[in-house]
Amino acid sequence: MATARDYDDIPGTYVFDGRRSQQGYHLNMFCMSLNDEANRERFRADEAAYLDGFDLTPQQRTAVLERDWLGLLQLGGNIYYTFKLAIFDGLSMQDVGGAMSGVSGGEFAQMMIDGGRSIEGNRRVEEPTGTRSSTGHTS
Amino acid sequence: MTQIVGGIGTSHVPAVGAAIDNGKQDEPYWRPFFDKIQPAREWMAAEQPDVCIIVYNDHASAFSLQLIPTFALGVAAEFRPADEGYGPRRVPTVAGHPELAWHLAESLIGDEFDITIVNKMDVDHGLTVPLSVMYGQPGAWPCRVIPICVNVIQYPPPSGKRCLSLGRAIRRALDSYEGSDAEGLRIAVFGTGGMSHQLQGERAGLVNPDFDSAFMDELIAEPDAGCLRPHTEYIREAGSEGIELVMWFVMRGVLDDQVDEVYRMNHVPTSNTSNGLLILQNAQ
Repeated sequence: MATARDYDDIPGTYVFDGRRSQQGYHLNMFCMSLNDEANRERFRADEAAYLDGFDLTPQQRTAVLERDWLGLLQLGGNIYYTFKLAIFDGLSMQDVGGAMSGVSGGEFAQMMIDGGRSIEGNRRVEEPTGTRSSTGHTS
Repeated sequence: MTQIVGGIGTSHVPAVGAAIDNGKQDEPYWRPFFDKIQPAREWMAAEQPDVCIIVYNDHASAFSLQLIPTFALGVAAEFRPADEGYGPRRVPTVAGHPELAWHLAESLIGDEFDITIVNKMDVDHGLTVPLSVMYGQPGAWPCRVIPICVNVIQYPPPSGKRCLSLGRAIRRALDSYEGSDAEGLRIAVFGTGGMSHQLQGERAGLVNPDFDSAFMDELIAEPDAGCLRPHTEYIREAGSEGIELVMWFVMRGVLDDQVDEVYRMNHVPTSNTSNGLLILQNAQ
């Protein structure tokens, strides 16, 4: 598997490729388990005990317990899977989008109403702009 | 012989389903969007397809990372709404068309598309929101549905070119269908997902309506050129989840080379997404 990818220079973007899938398999399968109401009840009753049933790394476990939405992606999470945890918490995609980009859910929702995040200045990490998050490099 | 009534490209934003399910269409946030899709609903009501082939993607509902088919074809008699974490959407169970779906399976595999055959599969917002967009809230869906589920979650998704070729193979299959109800069977095909959006990372919230407009133009006029767009260009220009747009090429492939544009709309935002809808018919 090649180590460098031509999408690695896209800022703030965690392409869920084979590298991330290997890293995040168990984390994502934990998230998937929350599709089941009985599992949601068990997780609600004792989050730490429920997580013992999944082969997570200590960092992944902490990121789940602390709801570190960006950290979950950096540890191999896929947004469609980690969003299961957000659904469990009653959060919206705006709440999570805000948390990952450093603003509140309300501010994020307003940004969308105002036309969303512009493509200008957000294509490549080296693009000189003030609008892009400086923490966006993914590789 | 079957009759292709048209192709529909549409986003499948879960918040649109929630707005419909929870009666929010008249709220100021939602009213402009629902006004824009009204002409599409009227077209659908006039055309009355008997069968909708819906090309969509599953979002960690029926499939997980345990098993990742690139193309999966639902041959069951019914498909239930999936529990995506909130409990299932309160929408009707989707009725399948096993006879036509099995014909598709045989024809496609004979045509060298090694599709995965699925007898049991819950369907998530990727499939049910497009039905809600086009039909509103009927007590039962007024068509039968053949789901074609495409992997766009685990990179890499299939290429746009492969999707266009699959659409053309589906068309060959539809043209050769000789089932008990084949004569005059009215078929619509949906390509769903997109348009530009990014749900994840620090770049979450990215939309690019200029890309979306150009994508539609190219899909209509030059699909054989448009289908060659590299995955990285989708991710860069249309956001990491904008890559779902490859599925619109399956829809386009089912149609003739020459098509007429019946309707298009784009609305920013619905949730985090540039929401697009396009209706095409074979050129008259």
